[in-house]
This record gives sequence, C-alpha cells and structure tokens, in this order.
Amino acid sequence: MTGRPPVAPVAAPPVLHGAVHSWDTSVGVDGPGTRFVVFLAGCPLRCRYCHSPDTWYGRSGRRRTVDEMVTLATRYRRFVEVAGGGVTVSGGEPLLQPAFTGELLRRWHDLGLHTALDTSGFLGDRADEALLDATDLVLLDVKAGSPATYRRVTGTGRLAPTLRFARRLADRGTPMWIRYVLVPGLTDAPDEVARVADVAAGLATVERVEVLPFHRLGAHKYAQLGLAFPLADTAPPDPELLARVRGQFAERGLTVT
Amino acid sequence: MSGNQRTVDPWRGFRDGPWRETVDVADFVRRNHEPYTGDATFLTGPTARTLAVWDRLRAMFPEERRRGVYDVDAATPSTITSHAPGYVDRERELIVGLQTDAPLRRAIMPAGGLRMVETALRAYGREPDPRVHEIFTRYRRTHNDAVFDAYPESVLAARRSHVITGLPDAYGRGRIIGDYRRVALYGVDRLVEERRALKAALDDRRSTDDVIRDREELAEQIRALGELTEMAASYGFDISRPAATGQQAIQWLYFAYLAATKEQNGAAMSLGRTAGFVDVYLRRDIAEGRLDETGAQELVDDFVIKLRIIRFLRTPEYDQLFSGDPTWVTESLGGMGADGRPLVTRTTFRYLQTLYNLGPAPEPNLTVLWSPRLPDGFKRFCAQVSLDTSAIQYENDELIRPAYDDDAAIACCVSAMRVGRDMQFFGARANLAKALLYAVNGGRDELTGAQVAPPTPPVGGETLDYDEVLAAYDRTLDWLAQTYVDALNVIHHQHDRYAYERLEMALHDHPVRRFMATGVAGLSVAVDSLSAIRYGRVKVLRDDSGLAVDYAVEGEFPTYGNDDDRADEIAVWLVETFAAKLRRQRTYRDAELTMSVLTITSNVVYGTHTGNTPDGRRAGEPFAPGANPMNGRDTHGLVASALSVAKLPYDAARDGISLTGTVTPDGLGHTRAERIANLAGVLDGYTDAGGFHLNVNVLDRATLLDAMAHPERYPQLTVRVSGYAVNFVRLTPEQQRDVVSRTFHGSL
Ligand code: SF4
Repeated sequence: MTGRPPVAPVAAPPVLHGAVHSWDTSVGVDGPGTRFVVFLAGCPLRCRYCHSPDTWYGRSGRRRTVDEMVTLATRYRRFVEVAGGGVTVSGGEPLLQPAFTGELLRRWHDLGLHTALDTSGFLGDRADEALLDATDLVLLDVKAGSPATYRRVTGTGRLAPTLRFARRLADRGTPMWIRYVLVPGLTDAPDEVARVADVAAGLATVERVEVLPFHRLGAHKYAQLGLAFPLADTAPPDPELLARVRGQFAERGLTVT
Repeated sequence: MSGNQRTVDPWRGFRDGPWRETVDVADFVRRNHEPYTGDATFLTGPTARTLAVWDRLRAMFPEERRRGVYDVDAATPSTITSHAPGYVDRERELIVGLQTDAPLRRAIMPAGGLRMVETALRAYGREPDPRVHEIFTRYRRTHNDAVFDAYPESVLAARRSHVITGLPDAYGRGRIIGDYRRVALYGVDRLVEERRALKAALDDRRSTDDVIRDREELAEQIRALGELTEMAASYGFDISRPAATGQQAIQWLYFAYLAATKEQNGAAMSLGRTAGFVDVYLRRDIAEGRLDETGAQELVDDFVIKLRIIRFLRTPEYDQLFSGDPTWVTESLGGMGADGRPLVTRTTFRYLQTLYNLGPAPEPNLTVLWSPRLPDGFKRFCAQVSLDTSAIQYENDELIRPAYDDDAAIACCVSAMRVGRDMQFFGARANLAKALLYAVNGGRDELTGAQVAPPTPPVGGETLDYDEVLAAYDRTLDWLAQTYVDALNVIHHQHDRYAYERLEMALHDHPVRRFMATGVAGLSVAVDSLSAIRYGRVKVLRDDSGLAVDYAVEGEFPTYGNDDDRADEIAVWLVETFAAKLRRQRTYRDAELTMSVLTITSNVVYGTHTGNTPDGRRAGEPFAPGANPMNGRDTHGLVASALSVAKLPYDAARDGISLTGTVTPDGLGHTRAERIANLAGVLDGYTDAGGFHLNVNVLDRATLLDAMAHPERYPQLTVRVSGYAVNFVRLTPEQQRDVVSRTFHGSL
C-alpha cells in the first residue's frame, strides 16, 4: 500500500425508491377533505371492476425516492391543511411496496400531516407496526363478504388476509373507512352485503362505510393495454339497489356515504 | 310618496361620523354595519307577489331568446329622461323603474357609436331611424367616429390582425361604478351642492386644459344629477332628499343605477357593493316594526328582478363573443372590514337567496369577496349556493383589501376598485401568443403574411433557440405595449369627449383616481410554447415566403398548470415583463396602468385568429380562458392547477387574474354536507395560497346532459373519480351516460 491513509468506507444513507404511477390532488374522494394522493404501481389482485389496470404492473411506475414524494407533498401542505385534508398513499396496492409506503407515511406523519392508506388489505400482513403508527386512517377496500365471491371479484385474492388486517386495525385502534364497490350481479346479493356489514359492524374503529357504485370510466384503459374489460356489459347500479345496499349497512348503526 | 315621511329624520338611529359632514358612504357603512355570523336558516322563500312579477317577465324570455331582442325603441336616443316611466306590473312592483317605457324594450345609445346601433338594429330585423342617422352623422359626432379619426396606422394594423382586440372603440367602455348608494344616503340635492362647491373651487385655478375639462365635466355632472331627480319624479318619487326607509334606500340607489344604464351602454355596468349598505336600512325598518324578514327579502327579490332585466342593444357578434347577452351587473358581497369584523350581513345572505327564490341566473353577477376569516355560516352558504347553482364567483378579499381598502367592489369580472373613489379606463386585451409568433416571424402576421409589427430579423434556423426567441419576443412586446397603450389613450380621450359618463362620474369623488386597465390573452399558450422551446425541441416549418407557419415539437416539456416551477416561472416572468413594459408608457390623464389576465369567453375568438403555436396547439384552436392552464394539460388536478395560477403576482396584474374551475359534485365528496365543507375548504386553501379569482362550476345533471348534446360548449369539463380524471366530452356517448347516472344517482 502507499502512504495514503485508508479511507473508511462511508455507508451512504440508503435511498429508498418506489415505483410511483402518478400523483394527484383530489377533494373528498380519497379520504376526508382535500388531499395530496400518491398512486403506487403494482397490484397482486385483478379485480374485475378495477378502473386503473394501468397501475397493475410495477414496471408501469417511475422510480421515485421518498424524498421526492415528501417534497412534492410539502408543496401542498399548506393548502391541504387550510382546506382541511391530508395526504393519501394509494395504488395499485401500496402494501406491495411496504418499505417505501411505510417510510412515506412516517415522513408525512412526522410533518404533522393527516395520513391515509388506501389498500385492499390483501397484503395487510406486510404492514408493520411502525407503518400503522404513522397512519391516521386506513381506507380498507373490503371487496366481498364470502371467500367465493372474493375470489370471483379479484381473480387472484383471498378474503381471509383482509379480514385479519381489519381485525388487527380495530384491535390496535386505527380508524378505518370500509369501502365496498357495488357491482350488479357480482357484489349485490343481500347475504353477501350482509356479511360485509356484519364484519364492519363488529369493528370498533370503523368510522364510516363508503358504498361506491361501479362505473365503467376505466374501460378505455383496458383497450389501451390490449386487455378485455370483463365488465364491459355491466351497467352501474340503479338508485334503488344503491339505496338498499346502503340501508343494509346503515341498519347496523354504521355511518354510510 | 306619502307626505308624512318628509317629517321623518332619514338618518334617525344612525351612528354619527365624518360621513355626516362630507360625502363618504364607506365611513357610513363602517360605522353602521352589523356583522351577521349565523347561518342561512333565517331566510325566507319567494312570496306570491314576487313570483307573480317574476312570472310576467319569465313568460317573455323565450320570445326574447328566439328573436335575439324582445323589442327596441329605434327612434329615441336614450338619455336619463328620454322615456316615459315603464312598469312590469304596476300594482305589484315594490321597486320601480325601467330603462325604457316597457320591460325588455331596449334603447339605442348612438353617442358611443352609431355603427354598432345600426348594425344591431339590422341584425334584429329593424330599420335604423333616418332622423337618428341624420343627427349622429350630420350634427353630432360619436365616440366611434372620433376614435377612428385619431387612431394611428400602427393601431389600425394591430387591430385588423387581432393582436390587439376587443377594444371599446365602437361602444361604451363601461367598468365604471358610480357610488349609487350616495343618492340614497344623501339625496340628490346634497350631491348637487357638493359638486357646485367643487366646481367653484376651480374658479381660482388658471384655465389650462385640465382645469377647463374638469369644470366642464363637473357642469355636466350637475346637469345629470338634475335629470336623475326629474326621472325619479316621473315615477312619483322625490329623491332630492335622503331615503328614509329600506324600500326608499333600495329605490333611490336603483334609480341612480338605472339612470347610468339609460345613459351608457357600457361593456360592463357593475353595481358596486350595496348589500351591507342596504342592510343598515332594512335592519332599522325591522327594529321599527315596519318590516319583517319576508318583507325584507321581498324588497331584495324585487330589486334583483330589476337588475336581471337590464338590457343593452348589441350586435349578435358581440353576444357570440361573450356567449350570451352579458351586462355584468356585478355586486360584490362579503369580505372583511379593515377593523377585522366581517362585512357579512343578513342582507348579504338575502342577495344570495335570490338565486333560490328566482332561480339561478348569470345576472346580477354575484361576486363573493372571500377570506378564510369569513364566518363559517356564510362560507357554507356560499359553497352551498355554488353547488346548487354554479352562479357565483369568488375573489380574494385578502388581496383586494390591502390594495383597495374595505369598500372596494369588482367591476365586470375581476377589476377591483374603491367605490366612488377610483374609476378605470377599460382596455380589453393584447394577444401574447400571437405576439410570440410575430417575434419568430420578424413582425409579420402568421396567417396573412402582412407586416404588422415593425420589421425585425426573423428568428432563423431549423430549430428554435430559446435565447434568440426570447430576445425577439422582448422586442415585440415593447412594440405591443406601446401600440396598445397608444390605442387606449386615443379611445379614452375620445370617450371622455363624446360619450362621457356624466351620472356615473357625478357619483365619484373629485378628483378621482384613474386606472388604465390593460389585459392579456393567450398566457398559457405563450408560456407552454416558450417551455417547449426551452425544454423540448421545436422545429420550424416555413412556407415559400419564409413565414413560419407550423412547428413540430419533440421531447417532453413541462406545461403551465401542474404546479411545476419550470413552466410556472415562465408565466410569472411573462406577466411581470409585459406589465413592466406597459407601465413605462405614458397614459391619458396620467392614469395608473394596471393589467388583467382575463378573457371572459373571448378566448375562443382569440384562438380563431391565431395560427399554429410552438406548444403544439393547432391554428384556430381556442385558447384557455383567462389565466387558466391550456385545456387538458393540467394533469394533476384542480388544486395543482390553482396553485400554478396563484403564483402569478397580483402586484403585476392589479386588474385581476382569472381562473375558471369545473368540478362535478362527486369531485367534491360523497354527501352534500361534505361537498359544502370541502368546497369552502378549497376556497380557503386557494385564497391562502394567493389565488385571486375562482369561477367555480359545480355541474349538475342537466349541464352534463347539455354537454352531451353540445360538446363544443364544454371543452374543459372534467369528471373526477378517486384520483382519476376524464375529459367528459371525449368519452363515448355510452360512457357519458355512465357518468351521468353515476354522478347523480351515485351520491346522496
Ligand atoms: S385492488 Fe385496486 S388496483 Fe388492484 S386490481 Fe383491485 S381495484 Fe385494481
């Protein structure tokens, strides 16, 4: 060796990357108030009604650092605080990238922002306690009340992990909004709805249930991706059906929107 | 008027102040207004009487829409006293007075321009009156003629090529707000006395141009006030004395406003800030047992009915340009007082309530001066009204008050001024996108090839170089600023001489502060074009004569409207640079130069007259309105685009910066209560971020159905579901039906 002093290898701080599909600002539809929303790329499920098939594949996202997404959110910080809102991480399925999602939520939370996690719960086991500690609200998409329907809806998923995750959230006191996409002929059977409603009613931290009427606005995305839209011929639910299903939740004392 | 009211002290119960000694309505309002911090539950619906009056007019509207105008008096040039009294329903009306002797019967005002009058008459199947023609060609010159006598060739060329457009050189300039409240508070006699004293004070001054003009104007103002008294007397009212009741206060101030509209066919005939003033009187009436809530609302409803039927005779082209038959009877509501108390009263609510009692309407143009500090009940009511009617607009009180004090009002759409203390010389706008094309083409017009701006070396090369373009643009903007202000100086000099607003100016302080209000169009197109040149590669396609006629853009470039500083900084630079160039010009009567970023709906026409632009926009394609991002290029939601617009500095554009936003009810939340809270939140956030103006469209089912039938009217309609946006008119009919059912059955 020459006379030069050895240089200790300096560990560069790990730069956490995630596959980010897009970001947006929305009002009243991704949690309470006006929110900055980051959509992550990649989802293990293949819901028949999915309106964002363009988020299914991790490769469709751009590699972004946590820092970038935190900086972006801080631009909206003042606005969302004055307007009464916060930040939401959505997808795709954010828990497919638990480290990135966890760090994002933690950093936002440290800034004092109201944080929301929009998830199917299918990968709920991957959310560690630190991630949930940094989450003020979980928007939990409970897609069905029975394992068979869950399979029919998602193609690739199982109901049990979502129920397990919901229970865990309730036990640890994390507030939840339960979401239920109402598709005529798929998720509208009274006993199917009743099961979901029973589950929701049994969870102490459920603040509200959002019954989301199925729509076909994502149809052109399937065409762009060269995929068939499985529900191309399914009509949105009519008002009567919607009222009935909302009623099923409401009669269990749940707040329904 | 019953005799006994002459014995009543019109100022009984009012708190004293300097307003007693000098004409100062702002001081009166500050001392006598009482904030209302509650909610809307006290409001009442329309009475049978109100509906009967309104129904009479409503029955006439379809015919008016079909024919373009309901009726015209083509033979009587309008003055304050030209027409006999007219009524809608004499037995039932609470507030009286029409522009002519019958409702919806339009008047002619040839002093602004005979050509406009005659073109309009012919367009609506009427023959111009030969006597009127003779008078206004042989004996009396019009503003229009006088302007064209004095325009230099450079202005004519810029006007022909549409790089400067919408100039008020063929009709009344408008955007002057008389302080109509003065007539109610003081009575006409006191105002005449004040004017006489002002004029007498000029007797000691040497008779220079300025002094002669001031003396003549004051003499004209005094004459106009006399005619106002005479007109009111023809309806049986003595308004030489102050108003003694709420009904009189509204009637007196309406007479004053009405007289202004009989004398001027102004582009915008705005009302000012009257609700808080009227409230003082209505509150006193209620305390005296003279009136109850139903009665108070009835008076406001009747007043608003009158404001809704203000009409001017204009050409079909003019109406097309502005998508309708606009009069811009703008009333400014709300805002905060300089003392920190909200200027929200029960009457502020009552004005908004007319949108329910009489149904939604574009006029009067109800404008809420928004502050996050406004009382919650009022904020929610405003948001609710927006949600239900899309009929109100918002301006940032936290920007207006520091600049123009707490008795400011909006003229037209976004032009703030102190009521009765400031006036403006309205100046339409210059086309910044077209000017950029002139820069590239060495001053030649991209559509005709004509040399419009002075010849400069065209920007060469196959690919545009940013620095070279910028240097050329800078020179073009110098020329544009000079030519533009030149045009405005001519227009306003001649308007003062040939179509002076005698009555409106009688209701201003003397001397008055004057603004020269310029404007720009095509901001987002110019900015995105510059961004494309800077961050992408823009190749020029030239025709045989070397004229750049098209551009091919390669590579990605940031666009204005996504809260991306790279593009937004170009927008800020452009606004500040052009404003600075304008301010360097000498203005008529040393008016303070201001600028707006506003197009109203003329963005379509500006687009028609502008060739292909380097941002990829095709020739003829409409511009985005006002300061809006270009249609479809703001891809990160309403808030991101609002934040981009909010970066434009109000200090450089003191005449206002306009943003139009369209949301569906679903895009604001799931329930009505949530939507109301969320919309109020968005307004708080936008105001807090420094945004100046927001036109909020919350679209209902009928609108979406209309958009399906007439997609060309809704280029920007965006439908949002969670984190997902679609351009409504680009959806297939089936998808559109989908949205309609989802949006309107999918909630509540
Ligand atoms: S979980 Fe969400 S993103 Fe994934 S397929 Fe289902 S609907 Fe689509």
